Formats: sequence, C-alpha cells, structure tokens
Amino acid sequence: MNADEKYTPQTWPEGPERATLEGKNKFLGFWFFLGGETVLFASLFATYIALKDKVPSPDHALAKDLFELPLVFVMTMLLLTSSLTSVYAMYHLKNYDFKKMQLWLVITVLLGLGFLGCEIYEFVHYYHAFDHTFTSSAFGSAFYTLTGFHGAHVIFGLAWFIALIVRNAGRGLNLYNAPKFYVASLYWHFIDVVWVFIFTVVYLMGMVG
Amino acid sequence: MVNNQSNTNNPRLDYEYRRRKNAEGMRIQVATFTLMIFFTVISFAAVAAGFSKWFVIPVILLLAVIQVGFQLYYFMHMGEKGHEAPSMFMWSGIGVAFLTILAFVTIIWW
Repeated sequence: MNADEKYTPQTWPEGPERATLEGKNKFLGFWFFLGGETVLFASLFATYIALKDKVPSPDHALAKDLFELPLVFVMTMLLLTSSLTSVYAMYHLKNYDFKKMQLWLVITVLLGLGFLGCEIYEFVHYYHAFDHTFTSSAFGSAFYTLTGFHGAHVIFGLAWFIALIVRNAGRGLNLYNAPKFYVASLYWHFIDVVWVFIFTVVYLMGMVG
Repeated sequence: MVNNQSNTNNPRLDYEYRRRKNAEGMRIQVATFTLMIFFTVISFAAVAAGFSKWFVIPVILLLAVIQVGFQLYYFMHMGEKGHEAPSMFMWSGIGVAFLTILAFVTIIWW
C-alpha cells in the first residue's frame, strides 16, 4: 500500500494505523517505549512513597496540610474526559472523517490545557501559601519530581497533538499520518493511566494520612 | 491496488458492516468512560466521608487498578488482536514496577 495514496471512506483500510510497515513498526516501538515509561514512573512513585512527609522540621507542611480535594477532582475530570475525546478522535480516524477527528483532537488539547493550568495554579499556591518547594524537604523533592514529570508529559503530549493537527491540516488523512495520530493518542491515554495512580496514591492517600 | 477489505466481495456491504462495528465499539468506550467516572467519584467520596484509612486505602487502590485496566484494555485496545507484543511489553513493565515499589516500601522505613 502506498502511504500517499488517496482514499475514500469505502477504500480506507480497517486498521489504518498498522496498514503500512512503517505503521506496524511505530506501533510496536511505541508500546515498547510505554513499557519503559511504566518502569520509569514506578521508580518515581516508589521514591515518593518512601519520602512522603519526610520533612526536616515540624513547621514544614505535610501532605494532609497541602492537598485539597476539589482542585484535584477538577483536574481528574479534565484529564479523564480528554482521554475519552481522544478515543472519539480515533473513532473518526477509523471512519476516515478527517474534520471530525481534528475537531475532537482540538477539544482534547483544550481539556489538556485546562489540566495544565490547574497544575500550575496548584504549584504556585503551594509555594506562596506553604513555602513548599522542590528544595524545602525530601518530601518536596519527591512530590515535585513525580507530579512535575507527569506535568511535563502533559506538556509534551499537548505539543505533539498541536504539531500533528497543524502540520496535517491541509493534508487530510492517509496511511502516512494515521499511525502518527494513533501513537499520539496512545501516549495521551498513558498520561491518564499515570494520573489515575497519582490522584489515588499522592492526593487521596495523602489526605487520609 | 484495490483496497477493499472484502469478506463478502460486496464492498458496500463490508463498508456498512465496518461503520456499524466501529459505532458499536464507540458505544462500549462511552460505557467504559461512564464506569471510570463512577469509580473516580466513589474514590473521592470515600476520602471526603472520612472513613478509616484501613478501609479507604485498599478500596481506592483497587478502584485505581480497575480503572487503569479499563484504560489499557478498552481505550488503548491492549486486549485486541495484534496486541500480543504490546501486552508482553506492558506486563513486563508492570512486573518491574511492582518489584520496584515493593522494594521501596519494605526496605525503606526510617
């Protein structure tokens, strides 16, 4: 199959993300990368759990002083919903509906930006209200490394989506870019997987002690 | 090259079948999403209600694991055909992840 060939919804193959050899390779390589990312985040989670509330003196804020449920709930809903909107985008990719796919990807990006805005507000708030910084304690270092690494993944995922949306705007769907969109959506889902454990292990377990 | 993925040698029928199959798949995804939101709300509510931590922590961890399973097996299609290698990569990663966390929570306790 020629990657630049023009298609119609009728001739579009059933698994467009893996219809070319390049697509197959991208798919396999990207899942391998996600397996590695799992290990990377595990080491950050393990470090956080070991160093949680380890502060040099009693005047430092602990997890239960810092975290507030409403903000974390809003962040969780934004990221969870953005995962569903990228599923919608992939649904339209399968149906060869480029415009609708782009629209759902734009919605995904907007939700992701909302999440990022909340996280920036959160970090700034911790700094001003609690003097909780990266260098203030082992707890601070472990907390900002874990949540910050996740936040950096969100930034990268957003930049990736925006680059794909803009670069392919005039091109339409073909077998050259279908694997690119698919792999970016896998990355976005993985960011959500990590967040599920962050909101549970860091925030909710931090609140109950 | 003609790109019909024909099973019936009738491209129009195959096309309609695929559209219906995709739409059905999307309905399952939305149902999965609803369950995920439901689990999230239960987790937050359990913490907000102030139950004993020996009850809350196992429950929210279990809900997180189920939710991540949904994300991997439905949103990311890890259980579908052609995902044997991805499954192996992810489960290997999860195995190492489990060992890492186990080591850190049992060895480091000062």
